[in-house]
Amino acid sequence: MTLRNLWRWLRTATGDDAYERYVEHRAKKHPGEPLLTRAAFYEESQRRKWGGVSRCC
Amino acid sequence: MLKNITGGIFAVVGAIALTIIAVHRNEPVNALWIVTAAVCAYLLGYRFYAAWIAARVLSVDSSRATPAERHDNGRDFVPTHRWIVFGHHFAAIAGPGPLVGPTLAAQFGYLPGTLWIIAGAVLGGCVQDMTILLLSTRRDGRSLGQMARDELGPLGGFAALIGTLLIMIILIAVLGLVVVNAMKHSPWATSTVFATVPIAILVGFYLRRWRPGRVLEASLLGVALVLFAVISGGWIDGNPVLRAAFDFPPVPLAAFVIVYGWLAAILPVWLLLAPRDYLSTFLKLGTVAALAIAIVLMHPQIRMPALTAFVDGTGPLFGGKVFPFVFITIACGAVSGFHALVASGTTPKIIATEGDVRLVGYGSMALESLVAVMAIIAATLLDPGVYFAINTGAGIVGAAPEAAVHTITGWGFPVTVEQMQHLAGEMGESTLFARTGGAPSLAVGMASIFGSTFGRGLLSLWYHFAIMFEAVFILTTLDAGTRVGRFMLQDFLGHIWKPMGRTSWYPSVLITSALVVAGWGYFLYIGVIDPNGGVNILWPLFGIANQMLAAIALCVATGIIIKSGKARYALVTLVPLAWLALITSTAAWQKLTSADPRLGFFAAANDLAAKLSSGVLPPDKAAVAPQLIFNQRLDAWLTLFFLAVVWFVILDMARVSIRYLRGLPVSGSSEAPYQVSRSTIP
Repeated sequence: MTLRNLWRWLRTATGDDAYERYVEHRAKKHPGEPLLTRAAFYEESQRRKWGGVSRCC
Repeated sequence: MLKNITGGIFAVVGAIALTIIAVHRNEPVNALWIVTAAVCAYLLGYRFYAAWIAARVLSVDSSRATPAERHDNGRDFVPTHRWIVFGHHFAAIAGPGPLVGPTLAAQFGYLPGTLWIIAGAVLGGCVQDMTILLLSTRRDGRSLGQMARDELGPLGGFAALIGTLLIMIILIAVLGLVVVNAMKHSPWATSTVFATVPIAILVGFYLRRWRPGRVLEASLLGVALVLFAVISGGWIDGNPVLRAAFDFPPVPLAAFVIVYGWLAAILPVWLLLAPRDYLSTFLKLGTVAALAIAIVLMHPQIRMPALTAFVDGTGPLFGGKVFPFVFITIACGAVSGFHALVASGTTPKIIATEGDVRLVGYGSMALESLVAVMAIIAATLLDPGVYFAINTGAGIVGAAPEAAVHTITGWGFPVTVEQMQHLAGEMGESTLFARTGGAPSLAVGMASIFGSTFGRGLLSLWYHFAIMFEAVFILTTLDAGTRVGRFMLQDFLGHIWKPMGRTSWYPSVLITSALVVAGWGYFLYIGVIDPNGGVNILWPLFGIANQMLAAIALCVATGIIIKSGKARYALVTLVPLAWLALITSTAAWQKLTSADPRLGFFAAANDLAAKLSSGVLPPDKAAVAPQLIFNQRLDAWLTLFFLAVVWFVILDMARVSIRYLRGLPVSGSSEAPYQVSRSTIP
């Protein structure tokens, strides 16, 4: 595994590149439709993440 | 062919390691043998048992599109690489549970706990997690409660919901108690844990306002600040004025945790919960990895005997014989019902293909089980006398150090006041006597492992790092759990009065959060004023509840397997279910009917009431006695309720299964229809 791959893996694993992937997804599947801003996307994803059981004992 | 050869090697090495653990009596065994036996067992279980279950029992089909592929929306449904899903799932299931339970169960010796952690995970916990994950993936990521309702009936679903809510309350209370006991009269620990709150808020602003979504840089900043807080805690400890400012008895600390829990539940998630979780996840993964490396490098001798005399039920940490209580005390790390909620939550929505459930479901749980094995090693490498001196409440061995060491030495575990003072000095604490709850003794164990591997001069830093590490993710579980409890309560109250069910309606948020916090706050408060440390009552209650939730999850799995026409394979979930039903029912029965006040709830209440009325209690104990009596009775009724719920679900599952086997109509499968995965289209 190259260092570059490792860095990409780390970014995806932590959610650091979640917004880039969202933008990519929208461009591919729904081109031209409005996008959430980076801050709004972050807030929405956190609200969704903590809306259910996402941490255990 | 190659896989079978490596499998054979693991089998031989694992068998040698287990034999060495089993025959080493009256002389210390090396911790590395325990780690080797555990790792070989997980690899064998993963390679053969899990693969067989996936192929035969669950008919895992990689050509079948998962919800992530069918609903791919770039947000919650996202097909994700299996190692990333593994990381997410492991981070979600691995909490403080596998650290605390094994530490407490070490009172029986290292052998019962170790064997149960390994066997329970390979045959029970991992199977449960993988099965529920696949079943939920096939059902668009439906929750355990929804699956229970769809596949068994409305009452089964309701039982799962109530069970979850009550477990959450007990769990948060006992975890809060662990943190309070670690912070009481420890200015270093208290100031460090307090500092994590403003640090989390700072990281929250960073992620929301200044550099939205830049998780890596924000977490790096936060972790650096938290490590600095550990170091500066030492400076605060050295300054007489600041030291006094952070020196709290347990009751105000409990009040702090309660108020904090309420605020964390009503504030927006981005401000406190989300950033704290990033910090705790990084610390957790980093510390677990460092601990594994350090144990391999240090390969310490286990000093606790394989079995202690306390297997007969006279143990000082909690009452009850090794059967069933070792199986109750160690829930997380062997079988944890709570995992079924995570496996039927976020994870099934990001699984890219069904073939990944073995790695994600079975594999993550095997890794969590290894964390529990490391916790039992950290507890049992301590001098047994030291272990008991730290973990036994003043109500059992007396408040005076001389009395405590006298009693503990009398049990056959020699320890001296000087030894304890020296150790406390090394760890930067004024005393380590009666620091019940498991966190301090684990921290002493971790500090000695880290200290001997990475530098002995920093023992007090390692100790407070370990305390902070446990506290940070206990508080994350506390925040997240309070919120989940609130959602459940809102959902429930919404059926009675519509507006209460609206999750964004602020009055409802304030009231339901306060109710959930009041629920666990009550148990936390009682635990704090209990002279025996409180953990001895709350942890078994939590264990019973968590194992009962596992029984509910395994009921759902068994029912679905039988209804899918594979009754002959249902033993895979039926055997762990039968075992859990046996141990939880036995434990609950003993907690209800035992005449021993250290074991039975009613016996304890009656014993204390008799002492109170005859006036033999000293005034400070008499003042809290009525509350303790009430609490013991409440715990008894709660246990009875858990018992009724779990047997209700078992009978409901049996009813549905028997109807199916006799050819009578049952509710249809809620599986989503087969749709071919794009990845298999050439």
